[in-house]
Amino acid sequence: MTYLAKSPWIIHYDASSCNGCDIEILACLTPMYDVERFGIINTGNPKHADIFVVTGSINEANREVIQNIYNQMPDPKVVVAVGICACSGGVFRECYNVAGGIDKLIPVDVYVPGCAARPESIIDGIVTAWGILEEKLKNKVSSPMVSDHDHKAHHKHAQGGAQ
Amino acid sequence: MSKQITVPFGPQHPVLPEPLHLDLVLEDEKVVDVIPTIGYVHRGLEKLVEKREYTEYVFIAERICGICSFIHSQTYVQGIEQIMGLEIPERAQYLRTIWSEYSRLHSHLLWLGCFADSMGFESVFMNSWRLREHILDDLEATTGGRVIQGVCKVGGVRRDITPEKLDEMVKGLKGIEHELQDLTNVFLHDSSIQHRLKGIGVLSKEDAYYLGAVGPTARGSGLAIDIRETGYAAFGKINFKPVVEYDGDCYARCAVRAKEMFTSIDIIEQCAKKIPDGTVDMKVTGAPDGEYFSRAEQPRGEVIHYIKGNGKKNLVRHRVRTPTFTNIPPLVTLLKGCDLADVPVIVLTIDPCIGCAER
Repeated sequence: MTYLAKSPWIIHYDASSCNGCDIEILACLTPMYDVERFGIINTGNPKHADIFVVTGSINEANREVIQNIYNQMPDPKVVVAVGICACSGGVFRECYNVAGGIDKLIPVDVYVPGCAARPESIIDGIVTAWGILEEKLKNKVSSPMVSDHDHKAHHKHAQGGAQ
Repeated sequence: MSKQITVPFGPQHPVLPEPLHLDLVLEDEKVVDVIPTIGYVHRGLEKLVEKREYTEYVFIAERICGICSFIHSQTYVQGIEQIMGLEIPERAQYLRTIWSEYSRLHSHLLWLGCFADSMGFESVFMNSWRLREHILDDLEATTGGRVIQGVCKVGGVRRDITPEKLDEMVKGLKGIEHELQDLTNVFLHDSSIQHRLKGIGVLSKEDAYYLGAVGPTARGSGLAIDIRETGYAAFGKINFKPVVEYDGDCYARCAVRAKEMFTSIDIIEQCAKKIPDGTVDMKVTGAPDGEYFSRAEQPRGEVIHYIKGNGKKNLVRHRVRTPTFTNIPPLVTLLKGCDLADVPVIVLTIDPCIGCAER
């Protein structure tokens, strides 16, 4: 990755995170880590975003929101799961309202470990995602629309966890 | 009367790092009603007490929220220690006080930054987060973690701070104090900020009391509620006065937080002077049998951990009532009658921490 055609804009959504990873993502934007020097900007609009940064795991209330944001993003798009909760559910994986990592719902390209993920590893994750984005652009990869066809199976799991 | 329209605010909104959903019912530009919806971050971690031992559960309690993480773990272990009748070493009490004030400093700086961002004041956002990194550096050097510290345990704390490091920390705080002063001057005296904040979102003292406001939201309306005055940890041996403002508007709530940072620096300084020598932890055997309401002052207000044990390794019940949860009814009152353009500013003045509120 020596030449970059465009500045990747990120959109951040807090799925059911404890805030720890979210404030570390914000810390990446501020003078100490300053990802804006790479042209990375945190946008609020899914239609302007290239990289979807998700923290926290999926639950009943937010699965629709995550799918909506993902489906509204234009191709090529890359998903980065930040923090162990987004990767697998983390310490909360046994909770009744946690259905596991983000990859159960949308395709994830980069996993950033840590609880909370450190700004350095988040930047590393975003830069890796950037490479994948370039690759997808070159190969004209189109991402699938995601929908909740396996929701029933999830619902069973959620009820099982609560008992 | 003009036609009413409903505008959704959140759960994914540029001004909120966290998902809070509000249905704003508008008549022209005025908000006439607000219907909050929560549940986007609910994990159900209170139920995990059945699967984790009470000593392990400290890590879960700490992860209720990544901003007030230290104070959550502190409140939880205080409750367990009270049930088990443990007298933890005094040095550990002082260290907990120091770290909880560091958490308050980092939380308030974070809030001042996000608040400036909600008004479109980007450079102040950057500056307060730059100062916050200084606080996080000290937290990381002494506890090992930036936002999740993992340093509290039943019976004390895991790490000690050497006297030299403590000196260095106080000197460092004194060193950034004039920069903090510059930063708070912007919030307290800049005319464009005052124009956005003064007289906006007024919460009367009566409303604040009856709607159960806590923390800076209550103190901005003239209610001097500060749980630190009950003297938990080492706060009983420290001289400090809660910061109280009387106007009840956005400016007053902002001023409370801005001034509280200097109180926190003062408390850390006093702790560094008074801290006794000795061990920082004790051996704990057995399991809690009984129940306790543990209270502490978070950056956002009073937090209550209700803990019930039956003499087994797993607790029977753990219940948390967080400050943001009780500050939502005042928020709904504040939003009624305001302009749509002021909604982000007013929402941020209660410092919503959804991770806490929904657990």
